[in-house]
Amino acid sequence: MEIGAYSFGDTQRNPDGTQRSTTEAIQNLFDAIVVADQAGLDYFAVGEHHTLEMPASSPGALIAAAAAATTQIRLGSGVSVISTDDPVRVFQQFATADAISGGRVEITAGRGSSVESYPLFGYDLQDYDRLYEDKLELLLRINENESVTWRGAGRPALDNLLVVPRPVAGSMPIWIGTGGNAPSSVRAGRLGLPVSYGIIGGAPHRFAPLAELYRRTAQQYGHSGPSIKVSVAALGLVAPTKKEALERFYPSWRNMSIQAGKTRGWPAPDDGAYLAQAHAPGAYYVGDPDDVAERIVHLHGYMGHVRHFLQMDIGSLPQDHFLESLTLLATEVKPRVERLLSRL
Amino acid sequence: MSVIAVLGVGRVGAAVARTALRGGYDVRVAGSGAAGDIALLAEIVIPGARAMTAEAAVEEADIVILAVPLGKYRTVDPGPLAGKVVVDAMNYWAPVDGTIAEFEDSRRTSSEIVARHLSGARLVKTLNHIGYHDLEDHRTPPGTPGRRALGIASDDEYAARTVMDLIDRFGYDPVYAGPLSTGAAFQPGTEIFNGAFAREAFERELGHANGTRLSA
Repeated sequence: MEIGAYSFGDTQRNPDGTQRSTTEAIQNLFDAIVVADQAGLDYFAVGEHHTLEMPASSPGALIAAAAAATTQIRLGSGVSVISTDDPVRVFQQFATADAISGGRVEITAGRGSSVESYPLFGYDLQDYDRLYEDKLELLLRINENESVTWRGAGRPALDNLLVVPRPVAGSMPIWIGTGGNAPSSVRAGRLGLPVSYGIIGGAPHRFAPLAELYRRTAQQYGHSGPSIKVSVAALGLVAPTKKEALERFYPSWRNMSIQAGKTRGWPAPDDGAYLAQAHAPGAYYVGDPDDVAERIVHLHGYMGHVRHFLQMDIGSLPQDHFLESLTLLATEVKPRVERLLSRL
Repeated sequence: MSVIAVLGVGRVGAAVARTALRGGYDVRVAGSGAAGDIALLAEIVIPGARAMTAEAAVEEADIVILAVPLGKYRTVDPGPLAGKVVVDAMNYWAPVDGTIAEFEDSRRTSSEIVARHLSGARLVKTLNHIGYHDLEDHRTPPGTPGRRALGIASDDEYAARTVMDLIDRFGYDPVYAGPLSTGAAFQPGTEIFNGAFAREAFERELGHANGTRLSA
């Protein structure tokens, strides 16, 4: 099983609570990917969000930089909001990073959980379905063939036009990112694409029927082989002890929840909810290496996923805690997961 | 056994349909997409529900539950819903779903705008103020101390009574708020929308202005 991380960027705060620069957040994120690569982590996904708290708006640019500074880690987006982007440009940027990395780049396409990119790029969220369906089809066509003919929503038509550079392996893995809407699993299965579940609340094993729906739909449409696979993205933090992990992640979780509450009109977060989610069978993989590894393997029994990757740097998590967590994931959690899975 | 049709098989629709099955209803579901895809979706994600076209699902239904994204409400055909008890579980929640011009007018609740489209339907607003995870997790038998309450707003007394029974069978104490406009008290941004309340606290939140109750 691959173990990895994802990040939307995490702007730090001064002791008085004011926000530090988004420049620093991007530099921290870049440094973290380099550390993750050196530690032996399998995967790192970036963005895309467009806020002061989470400024990783341009996954393609960040991944290209990371591609040049890393040697083995696979790089991707988590997710590329293709509905409000130009799939030709997304592909070109990721294929460029793929060339620089020697073939380590992937794309995950999805709606994303925020809405900022719609007004920013002049799209109406109410057109979401049509934009997503059509632009996903374009992205897939470009990935299949360098000469592209396409007609659809949100972008001028293409008539046998060339899209370069081409990926190292001929094509890049393109995943569908979903937060658990059943029709999205059907879509991924119908298209024969790998699917990535973002599980940010509730008991993760409840996603098992969705993974089954995805696999059965893929089978029904005649898709099989290595591209039919599942990954899981979740929140979490690893520290030497469970106690330290809980203490380190709590202020971050609280900051993020307060910020989300301001945007969405929610009340202040309930500390009981944090503790419930941070212990099995909750959704936050916050713990020591044994705890996190056991919970990943437990979920594997339900999901059969091939990759589990965590978002750790939220709500102004101190950078040293982020880097330690990334390192522990690679050096302590991953071997434990492999050992536990080999016993099954 | 009453027949429930749930229109929409997303996170909300699937949770509502599963809850209806647990409440002992005969459940039909409909969603956009190929019939075979929806049939497989229902078989795996909503076991026990029958997938059919929206038209067929509605035709046999005693109660229809709308669980499509609010932005798509005009895709719901009003014709077959005329005379039916229809639950509006939708919300206008711009920070999550984006801005929709016609719902920006705060003088009307989203359900009153939906009601104008579904003229002839006996519309009831409820189920909009409980999260889809909570809907399946918080349900308890009648009489359970502290049982969570859900509000009901409708201009139609028969429809309100029918849906109060449904909410009870779903596992919640039904609280009648008053006409459709009183659903403003449990739209996004309100205390009720953000919280979870047992009957008495729920009624306090509704306030005396909205506190009209159907006589038993």
